[in-house]
Amino acid sequence: MKTETSSIPASKLTVPAAGRDHIQGPIDAPMTLLEYGDYECPFCGAAYPIVKAVQQSLGDDLCFAFRNFPLTNMHPHAEHAAEAAEAAGAQARFWEMHDTLYENQTALDDKDLARYAAELGLDVPRLMSEVETGNHRGRIREDFMAGVRSGVNGTPTFFVNGVRHDAGYDYDVLIAALLETAPKHA
Amino acid sequence: MTNETKYNQMYPRSGRSAALSPGTTAPDFTLQSTPDQTVSLSDFRGQPIVLVFYPADWSPVCGDQVTLYNEILPEFQSLGAELVGISVDGAWCHAAFSRDRKLHFPLLADFEPKGEVARLYGVYRQGDGVSERALFVVDAEGNIHWSHVSPIGVNPGAAGILAALEDLQEKKQQNQGEQKKGEKQEKEEAVK
Repeated sequence: MKTETSSIPASKLTVPAAGRDHIQGPIDAPMTLLEYGDYECPFCGAAYPIVKAVQQSLGDDLCFAFRNFPLTNMHPHAEHAAEAAEAAGAQARFWEMHDTLYENQTALDDKDLARYAAELGLDVPRLMSEVETGNHRGRIREDFMAGVRSGVNGTPTFFVNGVRHDAGYDYDVLIAALLETAPKHA
Repeated sequence: MTNETKYNQMYPRSGRSAALSPGTTAPDFTLQSTPDQTVSLSDFRGQPIVLVFYPADWSPVCGDQVTLYNEILPEFQSLGAELVGISVDGAWCHAAFSRDRKLHFPLLADFEPKGEVARLYGVYRQGDGVSERALFVVDAEGNIHWSHVSPIGVNPGAAGILAALEDLQEKKQQNQGEQKKGEKQEKEEAVK
């Protein structure tokens, strides 16, 4: 039996998938960075400003995508936080919520999520009802299992130009890996 | 310092072991799962089981590894499989670790004689006194279907386990299909 069909094509498991993933930067950028992350994970929190700096430095040469990898038994708020970001995405404000969550990792209970939604000018009752009913749970699980199948073993896990990045995620290390493995122009 | 470096410094004394390979009958064992309960491999006969040998409770990579498997447990179960962790830690230590990580699968204590089950499976690090970070997928008949020994400081993830379990499930479905075909032919022949 093949398990549930995924909307991520097999060829796009380790690179951003157009029309499906939350991305920043052009989808056809020469370099790609894909992160599997958990909003309550302190290591992901530490990586957050580094990714921002990498994006700033590479500009339109980089396409960055984020997929959910919540470790819900370890992190009691991770699932609802991921659902809030996806629900914000349904109102076209995914990245604003993503950033807010990483900038406020110690305040992620449902009241905090509602407050962030209000601060971002979102439709709060809609967002919170989507979080409570788990509207986006299927997508989050799909992200998670895509990660598992491509070898994600903890958070954060980065894929640099389609290849799992096992070295650290210091700024210099990430930049060097991205540039070294960037596909050469013809 | 990376986890891998830390582990290599902590457990420097043993070379890589020769783990039992696919096709071998999985040696049966009985180990404590809690201070007052035991679990035997033969309890799981009739369904696949994943044996996760790891060096020690509380150490960083194991934490990530068991946490990851805990999250994937529903997928393992949807493939008809169960999963157990095995290390040389005692049952009380396992109880505390399991509570801390909110684990939903048993941790077995390969504690007395120390590492005996790890030895049976060829994954005991004699000089270091702990088991390798090793995975075995045992099929419903009790044979090893797949095994993998990871460098001691590297979390092997779950992609290999899932592929092995899917492979087992495909084989089972093929067998069932052939069985049905066989029964159908018998019936048809009986009618003739």
